[in-house]
Amino acid sequence: MKLTLHVWRQSGPNDVGRHERYEADDVSEHMSFLEMLDVVNERLTERGEEPIAFEHDCREGICGTCGMMINGVPHGPKSMTTACQLHMRSFRDGDEIWIEPWRATAFPVLKDLVVDRAGFDRIIASGGYVTVRTGSAPDGNAMPVPKDDADAAFDAATCIGCGACVAACPNASAMLFTSAKVAHLAALPQGQTERWDRVLGMVETHDAEGFGNCTNHGACETACPKGISIDYIAQLNRDLIRATLNAKPVGNGTRG
Amino acid sequence: MSRVATLYRSTVGKKVLMAVSGAVLFGFVFVHMVGNLKMLFPPDAAGHYAMDVYAEYLRDFGYPLVPHAGVLWIARFVLLVAVGIHIVSAVQLARLSRAARPRGYAKEKSLSLSYASRTMRWGGVILLLFIVYHILHFTTGQAHSSFVAGAVHRNYVVAFQSPIVYGVYFVAQLALCFHLYHGVWSFFQTLGLSHPKYNHLRRPFAVGFALVVFVGFLTPPTLVLVGVVS
Amino acid sequence: MELNSGIPSGPIAEKWDNHRFDMKLVNPANKRKYDVIIVGTGLAGASAAATMGELGYNVKVFTYHDSPRRAHSIAAQGGINAAKNYQNDGDSIFRLFYDTVKGGDFRSREANVYRLAQISLNIIDQAVAQGVPFAREYGGLLANRSFGGAQVSRTFYARGQTGQQLLLGAYQALECQIRAGTVEISTRHEMMDVVVVDGVARGIVTRDLVSGGIESFTADAVVLATGGYSNVFFLSTNAKHCNVTAAWRAHRRGAGFANPCFTQIHPTCIPPSGDYQSKLTLMSESLRNDGRIWVPKDEDETRRARDIPESERDYYLERFYPSFGNLSPRDIASRRAKQMVDEGHGVGERKNGVYLDFKDAIARLGRDAISERYGNLFEMYEKITGENPYETPMRIYPAPHYTMGGLWVDYDLMTTVPGLFAIGEANFSDHGANRLGASALMQGLADGYFVIPLTIGNYLARVTKSRVGTDHPAVKDTEVEVRARLDRLMSVHGKRTVDSFHIELGRLMWNACGMERSKEGLEDALKRIPELREEFWRDVRVPGSAADLNQSLEKAGRVADFMEFAEVMCHDALTRDESCGAHYRIEHTTDEGEAKRDDENYAFASVWEFKGVGESPVLHRESLEFENVELSTRSYK
Repeated sequence: MKLTLHVWRQSGPNDVGRHERYEADDVSEHMSFLEMLDVVNERLTERGEEPIAFEHDCREGICGTCGMMINGVPHGPKSMTTACQLHMRSFRDGDEIWIEPWRATAFPVLKDLVVDRAGFDRIIASGGYVTVRTGSAPDGNAMPVPKDDADAAFDAATCIGCGACVAACPNASAMLFTSAKVAHLAALPQGQTERWDRVLGMVETHDAEGFGNCTNHGACETACPKGISIDYIAQLNRDLIRATLNAKPVGNGTRG
Repeated sequence: MSRVATLYRSTVGKKVLMAVSGAVLFGFVFVHMVGNLKMLFPPDAAGHYAMDVYAEYLRDFGYPLVPHAGVLWIARFVLLVAVGIHIVSAVQLARLSRAARPRGYAKEKSLSLSYASRTMRWGGVILLLFIVYHILHFTTGQAHSSFVAGAVHRNYVVAFQSPIVYGVYFVAQLALCFHLYHGVWSFFQTLGLSHPKYNHLRRPFAVGFALVVFVGFLTPPTLVLVGVVS
Repeated sequence: MELNSGIPSGPIAEKWDNHRFDMKLVNPANKRKYDVIIVGTGLAGASAAATMGELGYNVKVFTYHDSPRRAHSIAAQGGINAAKNYQNDGDSIFRLFYDTVKGGDFRSREANVYRLAQISLNIIDQAVAQGVPFAREYGGLLANRSFGGAQVSRTFYARGQTGQQLLLGAYQALECQIRAGTVEISTRHEMMDVVVVDGVARGIVTRDLVSGGIESFTADAVVLATGGYSNVFFLSTNAKHCNVTAAWRAHRRGAGFANPCFTQIHPTCIPPSGDYQSKLTLMSESLRNDGRIWVPKDEDETRRARDIPESERDYYLERFYPSFGNLSPRDIASRRAKQMVDEGHGVGERKNGVYLDFKDAIARLGRDAISERYGNLFEMYEKITGENPYETPMRIYPAPHYTMGGLWVDYDLMTTVPGLFAIGEANFSDHGANRLGASALMQGLADGYFVIPLTIGNYLARVTKSRVGTDHPAVKDTEVEVRARLDRLMSVHGKRTVDSFHIELGRLMWNACGMERSKEGLEDALKRIPELREEFWRDVRVPGSAADLNQSLEKAGRVADFMEFAEVMCHDALTRDESCGAHYRIEHTTDEGEAKRDDENYAFASVWEFKGVGESPVLHRESLEFENVELSTRSYK
């Protein structure tokens, strides 16, 4: 099939950027979306032009590296699917496709479709872990965890950190990402000790990174390729309020 | 105290203020709606309309413990503060949102779970304008064609005999309905009132609440317009 | 090149303990005076960085990804082995050790494997304490499953995403240390070379992938945790960016490369659908528990799978191996699939796969039970192929998956270059000629959490501390070489794209040095690789600039290294004139067509020394002693 692409091209962080139009001929329906871009890039290279920079790695939907707005939807039209797992059979011959980078102050564009998502790492660094010195852990079965809790923790922990939630959110909020980690660790006994510090620290960094606020649209949940639920945001809110009202002394959320 | 300040500084804290002030307002809206249903009752033997009796009761509520209209003024003050907090927080959050996404997408598709969520900000502005009009209309009377202080039932009937006034109120109620639907649902979400067992009930509750208020508010005016209540 | 494996004395069960006692320790107050560089943030790199940061070393960690969490460990599906014996089914450290040595077809070092089995216990404890959401039983205790043909249930798992959850645990521990200031991270930095000063590794040169800037970092020791090299085949289950560059650059600087021809093929991947195919997707091996593998008997079969009657189907694994059938080991299942396709029985549009059929299992257990077990895999398959496995059989074909070979390391995981260590898939140490399922995660974390943080201290405490700054002549020289190489790549201005070369190299390697190797094929490849490499340097086109984010240039550098590496891989496969584990030389088969080992002549690890591009590398041998596991021939008949 033949497609017309409108791809965001931006040579660097300081370039203003623009949409460029490309014709993609002989696209096979069995190609993944990224393979289609590979083919376009091969043609561009052969013509002596710079190929479109886009991020990708595992191409099986788990590493979270790829991600782009495809016709206004993060990762494209198929739900619960990353761009690398999206196949061209989801499009029709003659379709026009708009491809844009994630847009958020906290995700500055580095080049073309590549954005800087380091803010996510800094949110995790602000409390998204259980402090456990290597070697000091008790036996794995020392503390039973009810299966339901373990399953709930797993569901929240499946986040791949791709940034689709931020891209979809009208407020460019990263609350879904942040809350998934808060909820994962809050569901487990191992996560209780640092629970209140964690939520305070992570939300503080979330805001400082320039992510917007959550106004409960739920667009993030729709866009999330792993189906992370906005119920976790409610839990984050509850934990944050509890952490605030908690009579026990807690840290100020900035720990070292 | 410093932790409360930390909470307030966070985006979540501002949302909590939205939710709490919003809760005061939808509590008021609900009571107001129930009060308005007094319009449906015929006058008593002495010729007093239920609505007028109710209005008088509101003015003298708490008397003689407090002066005449004392509780009423306290309530008005609380509502004013709630509206103020609601608006200030909304403006702050809207600004943060704009700063977080200064540049939109060339091609954009809304993925929001409800239409209502996308109309909160403009819906809020409409409601604010409506409140101003509504006070001038029924409380102070400047916007009323023939306002008589204290004759609530009469003022009401006169007003809604006009299809234009009815139209204005209808639009405002529609905006309120949407605002309430997303607001009530957001209230649960923002305050973290969630539980896997009951979460599926939150949206139906929000829809139900919004619809009850919508129908409750519009029933008396509609009956006035069609001439059943006079 | 001297190979001193440094295996501690004493009975196997006491070697690690003895060694830990014999080690020199770095005084806690002195640890912060030592700088350690770690390249790579997968399971091994992230866990090593976090643990060494905790211990007090000054750690600098590098990744070419935008975040440590992207490393390809994240894609591991099946699980992680540990000899916990929680199931009371007779497992023990010795049994895990035994299974691993035997599974590796007796080409691994006993002492290392035993240590791995010992440490496996601690890994699970560590991961659980970090909040890794392992599968649990209704009583709240950890669940296990049997995996990869093991006779005991010792595999811990988190649905089909065990690698993801373990990596996130290590990543979070790493982020915790970054926040604490003990670890400094440079993301989007690719290691371009190792700096060797007076024969000792003292730093690395990196390229900032955003700005193109060449920077140097020096340290008292360098640890490579840079993964495997399956992408030498272009099409593999590895992530697109996985490459051999870091290991290869170390090799060029003097680190011996061990057993490069030991590459594992995974039998259950989705076959390529076209020439544009960019990578292959693995479907968990667990599918073979309930699926039946078959091909049509007729080579010219055109009917849809479900229209082919039972009598015209060849369930070849059940036919060849009546007792193991569809659960035959990876390499056997892979070779038989290739044989079927080569003989013209392949299925699908391109006749490049075999069927994995769930019809009988669905009839026996019901659709719900199958969906419960494999629902997510079926969905993934349907996403990729557009076919519904409940209705029509899956098509599968083997694909390169894991590389057992890697940089040669001694018992302390140090390469032949003092001060240069290799951990995880980047080293060769534990899997011999074939890796057991659910053992890769175990090895990466054992090396990272529990081995290298100790053994590096043993090294640092023994060497005299000296300062090498980034202004050292050796550093400057290395930078000049790195720049020159990049300039050369940018200035070829040829006609062919980098990918076209990579695809060509991959095909060549797959045919000559893939699932089956022959003397003729390897000799031919050794002629053709230098030609291709020459053409690459004459005709490659790298658009854009080196002073900028340039993904073509990144690929070009990696492919250029694969072009050199491919040769030593073929040399290794050619010299190892036997079949063992995943290395299958068609000249050495049993009467039944199985791999035939030659323990008399080949019970050693091949360690290659670099002599220059285009020059024949020199082979050194580390002979392997088997004192605790009796050499035996496996049989799955």
